[in-house]
Amino acid sequence: MSDIVEKTLTALPGLFLQNQPGGGPAAAKASFSSRLGSLVRGITALTSKHEEEKLIQQELSSLKATVSAPTTTLKMMKECMVRLIYCEMLGYDASFGYIHAIKLAQQGNLLEKRVGYLAVSLFLHESHELLLLLVNTVVKDLQSTNLVEVCMALTVVSQIFPREMIPAVLPLIEDKLQHSKEIIRRKAVLALYKFHLIAPNQVQHIHIKFRKALCDRDVGVMAASLHIYLRMIKENSSGYKDLTGSFVTILKQVVGGKLPVDFNYHILLQVLQKYILLLYLTMILTISAIFIFLSLAILFECVHTVYSIYPKSELLEKAAKCIGKFVLSPKINLKYLGLKALTYVIQQDPTLALQHQMTIIECLDHPDPIIKRETLELLYRITNAQNVTVIVQKMLEYLHQSKEEYVIVNLVGKIADVLVLNTVDTYAPDNAWFIQTMNAVFSVGGDVMHPDIPNNFLRLLAEGFDDETEDQQLRLYAVQSYLTLLDMENVFYPQRFLQVMSWVLGEYSYLLDKETPAEVIAKLYKLLMNDSVSSETKTWLIAAVTKLTPQAHSFDTVERLIHEFTISLDTCMRQHAFELKHLHENVELMKSLLPVDRSCEDLVVDASLSFLDGFVAEGLSQGAAPYKPHHQRQEEKLSQEKVLNFEPYGLSFSSSGFTGRQSPAGISLGSDISGNSAETGLKETNSLKLEGIKKLWGKEGYLPKKESKTGDESGALPVPQESIMENVDQAITKKDQSQVLTQSKEEKEKQLLASSLFVGLGSESTVNLLGKADTVSHKFRRKSKVKEAKSGETTSTHNMTCSSFSSLSNVAYEDDYYLNTLHDRGDKELKTFSLNSELLDSESLTELPLVEKFSNCSLSTPSLFADNSMEIFHPPQSTAASVAKESSLASSFLEETTEYIHSNAMEICNNETISVSSYKIWKDDCLLMVWSVTNKSGLELKSANLEIFPAENFKVTEQPGCCLPVMEAESTKSFQYSVQIEKPFTEEILSGFISYHMMDAHSAQLEFSVNLSLLDFIRPLKISSEDFGKLWLSFANDVKQNVKMSESQAALPFALKTLQQKLRLHIIEIIGNEGLLACQLLPSIPCLLHCRVYADVLALWFRSSCSTLPDYLLYQCQKVMEGS
Amino acid sequence: MQFMLLFSRQGKLRLQKWYVPLSDKEKKKITRELVQTVLARKPKMCSFLEWRDLKIVYKRYASLYFCCAIEDQDNELITLEIIHRYVELLDKYFGSVCELDIIFNFEKAYFILDEFLLGGEVQETSKKNVLKAIEQADLLQEVSYLFSSLGTSMFCSCWGSLSHHSYSFRNYSEACLACSVHPFAVY
Repeated sequence: MSDIVEKTLTALPGLFLQNQPGGGPAAAKASFSSRLGSLVRGITALTSKHEEEKLIQQELSSLKATVSAPTTTLKMMKECMVRLIYCEMLGYDASFGYIHAIKLAQQGNLLEKRVGYLAVSLFLHESHELLLLLVNTVVKDLQSTNLVEVCMALTVVSQIFPREMIPAVLPLIEDKLQHSKEIIRRKAVLALYKFHLIAPNQVQHIHIKFRKALCDRDVGVMAASLHIYLRMIKENSSGYKDLTGSFVTILKQVVGGKLPVDFNYHILLQVLQKYILLLYLTMILTISAIFIFLSLAILFECVHTVYSIYPKSELLEKAAKCIGKFVLSPKINLKYLGLKALTYVIQQDPTLALQHQMTIIECLDHPDPIIKRETLELLYRITNAQNVTVIVQKMLEYLHQSKEEYVIVNLVGKIADVLVLNTVDTYAPDNAWFIQTMNAVFSVGGDVMHPDIPNNFLRLLAEGFDDETEDQQLRLYAVQSYLTLLDMENVFYPQRFLQVMSWVLGEYSYLLDKETPAEVIAKLYKLLMNDSVSSETKTWLIAAVTKLTPQAHSFDTVERLIHEFTISLDTCMRQHAFELKHLHENVELMKSLLPVDRSCEDLVVDASLSFLDGFVAEGLSQGAAPYKPHHQRQEEKLSQEKVLNFEPYGLSFSSSGFTGRQSPAGISLGSDISGNSAETGLKETNSLKLEGIKKLWGKEGYLPKKESKTGDESGALPVPQESIMENVDQAITKKDQSQVLTQSKEEKEKQLLASSLFVGLGSESTVNLLGKADTVSHKFRRKSKVKEAKSGETTSTHNMTCSSFSSLSNVAYEDDYYLNTLHDRGDKELKTFSLNSELLDSESLTELPLVEKFSNCSLSTPSLFADNSMEIFHPPQSTAASVAKESSLASSFLEETTEYIHSNAMEICNNETISVSSYKIWKDDCLLMVWSVTNKSGLELKSANLEIFPAENFKVTEQPGCCLPVMEAESTKSFQYSVQIEKPFTEEILSGFISYHMMDAHSAQLEFSVNLSLLDFIRPLKISSEDFGKLWLSFANDVKQNVKMSESQAALPFALKTLQQKLRLHIIEIIGNEGLLACQLLPSIPCLLHCRVYADVLALWFRSSCSTLPDYLLYQCQKVMEGS
Repeated sequence: MQFMLLFSRQGKLRLQKWYVPLSDKEKKKITRELVQTVLARKPKMCSFLEWRDLKIVYKRYASLYFCCAIEDQDNELITLEIIHRYVELLDKYFGSVCELDIIFNFEKAYFILDEFLLGGEVQETSKKNVLKAIEQADLLQEVSYLFSSLGTSMFCSCWGSLSHHSYSFRNYSEACLACSVHPFAVY
């Protein structure tokens, strides 16, 4: 009975859908869809935006008329709503319909209510005042006995609900936590989560109920409650420590496969991140992937976790491996995440960057700007004094290309961070480079950059470094470069840049010997007269002029300027001009006020203005009223207004720091000057950010802070590397120059770039070989060796190859080390090289992207090793062995299954690594599906796993041995599944997939599907004629049908023979022109067949205990009879 | 998740769902900017964007772009999987879904989305359950519609036995007490 119900249920929506265009109840729907349809079609037919606007306005006005007409039925209202939503989506205002949406949700029946709620949730936002009108409806629906209404109400509550009305519905929703339906419980939990987000205080008292939800028997409810816990734990991580046990239990269940692997799994992980659960993390890191994307997402979270908790070497190793998997993935999305993860861990473990340097280089030239940006972010984290030029150059390149403001701000901040903010240890290699880079940064970043950047830059210039002459040179260079920049015609610089220029020119023009201050002033004056310069910048400019005036000898320009600006409309400018005018009258005073190169010294301002005491005394003696500060005057004014003070305390005013006499003008003068010159001295440095966190935690736990910044990361590389490097060196010296040239130019460039980028990250030995060992103490005197190498002319070719090769073998070495490969590290020197060669040779077999990089040098490497008389391994060539495998496969299954009939093996899917073929074995009690999986590749496959998607008509049970931990190279393994039928059908598809891990790379999966027919489950039923008679009477479901037979098969025996062979029916008896047959559908549903032949017609009469089986069998019979 | 947008290759918005309160003006601005940026990207580029302080995850299915904005600590791959699952749901529901299905039945697409994601969080991960909930709601609509128009009470399919054939289902979600058959089985 139940399958009838189910069948009808599933058929029902189809029925309705089919009926749509027809009349009757579905007519309304049809008209609705056609009206929306005509609107949509109308819009798509239009060509211009203007026409569209016209059409929509027309539509809206007609809608407006309809919705407000009293005759409009709810049904019509519903379709109006849908069209309104559509218009609103196109970006037109449909606010007149909002109130009607609420009305519809309130009054409509289920269908209309649903659309009404949807419209409300789309139209309104949390703080919309109309939302208050919805509260009553929601309350009513929450109390409804109809599940669907409750669901709708809960859905709308968890999307938008006015905060102040939460108390009205809270008890109702709380009740729903105990509801018998899990969907209601789940939605209630999510609604409470929403409440927790918008008003945490209101739901505080039901925290205990959340705990119940966490232990709910339904997975969905449990998962929903995790959202709440994630939030609460983020806010207060110590408060929920006692729940760790529950989380771990859930996690265990997931890992143990008791619960479905789920999205929310990652939330759980995030929850757990807060607690240290090394054990379980290890477990998760090793689980094999079923849902590939999902598991990768989880892996990513794990890696995140591993690096954010207290480090444990074993875990870190695993995490590093995972990151490798991500970075090396050919899929761009995974690569992106790999880079992200690298960025995240790089500060703790810079050697990881070394392992992946070639990938990073590749990503740097990636066509996708997002990948590029992520790479730059990564590089930014590993910037040091040696690689700064290259990295900053890359950043600037990117900066010039990008247009997005957010990106520019971000990147400019980073460059400046590298160069300026980090004043204690700026990485800039020399003056010219530093100033030029800053110029580029200022002109691109311009006005969007953070205001700290110019301030810090100026402070750096002003405060200088240890070496005074060096500082002077830097300043001189800055002044010169700015003057040249200003000389250029028709170039507009950002205001910030102009401000920086004017300050520098004002302060340090005295360093110039060629140009006089007057000439500088003339240039500044030109700028001042420029309309495109903002008034703020003009004040900077005029301040610079003021500073230069005492040094100048001719005052033409200054006087012109004063003349010009004392009548300026801008009060600020006017004030400055007047100040300049008055100071200009007294040059001596001006000189002492504006000393040369004293910007770093604090001006001592007599804030009490004691030098005016005499003047004040004089005034007082002449009868002037004494000065009252502002608050005193205010108080007096108030006390005059109120006769009686009824308040317990009088109004109090905070007294300012300045007491007694204070003149606003004096203060403003002082602050103007200091604002332009000395303010930078007070600045707090932001450099803390970059230091300190560099390497506190390492693989071995806490690392004591080391002195040197560059040597910091050494020690992570194993010691023997040095000797290997030397070996390479020797080998290369023996080598022919011509061999060196076999490397393509592009490769060389890339490797050069790599060596220049990752310099300083590895151990000292690497640096030595690269010829960059000379660590100079002073940062500015350091010449960029990278540049020299790059120019290529000065250094010999030999030198170049040396460096590239050493970096290369470095990578290779890292690679095997990381892969943890075949041999133990007994005889390290030899082994490493042999491994290298193996890697190089086997590059055609393995898919490792990294290995491809070495393809170019694979030509030269053998001779390299030959020179050192080392053994070269040749991995087995296993390219075209699949043919042989095919045959062995066939023989292997024949052996074990001879006693049953089986189908021929068919290859159902394959890829370069594996091929899967399947065959059926029709056993007496079930259908046995066998999938044989052949590993074609020369590599071991790990955790090969075959999974069958659940299908509604079957029950699939796996036979033992379906998950293989390891699958050797070129071997064949078979997976057996027994299939039971649950419901009759004609033909169904059974599909599944096989997943496996390549030894070191990504995991992969391969999908396949197999057709199963009803006949696979039909077995002969061997009974006697008497039994047949008894059974025949007991069965209620029967089907009769006449089948026409062709001439050739007209005889009954022949027809029955066909049925016996093709359908596996058992012939019980043949009596004259009648025949009795029987069969059973596995596991044990009998079906009887009575046949009678007259003329060329075969009358078939089926009876069975199952209602549907006769139909299906009849169909099969017809097919067979027609086909034969 | 902060919001989800569906738009066509021509940049026409097909579906929008906002999980954070924003003004209409802002929404429009964000939509315009995002559609532009995403459409400008080439097919081989990665599915993630950093945009303002959000992370954008998008994926193209035929002519439709599915675009989600997530916060910094959210996982991109999960979001990609969420998008994919939503598409699968649409596909199952409409039967090999195409852009036209979503244009003409966008309210259905919204209903499915609401069953799948609630308040920006994944509500139900099982495809079966989501579709079941949607199907149930759809059925109830149609059935209630039929009955309200026919003006008859509902009978269970076990009406043959006289004892409870007058049992009428005021509450559609209840099964027949006698034979525990769902009322819609009549059809």
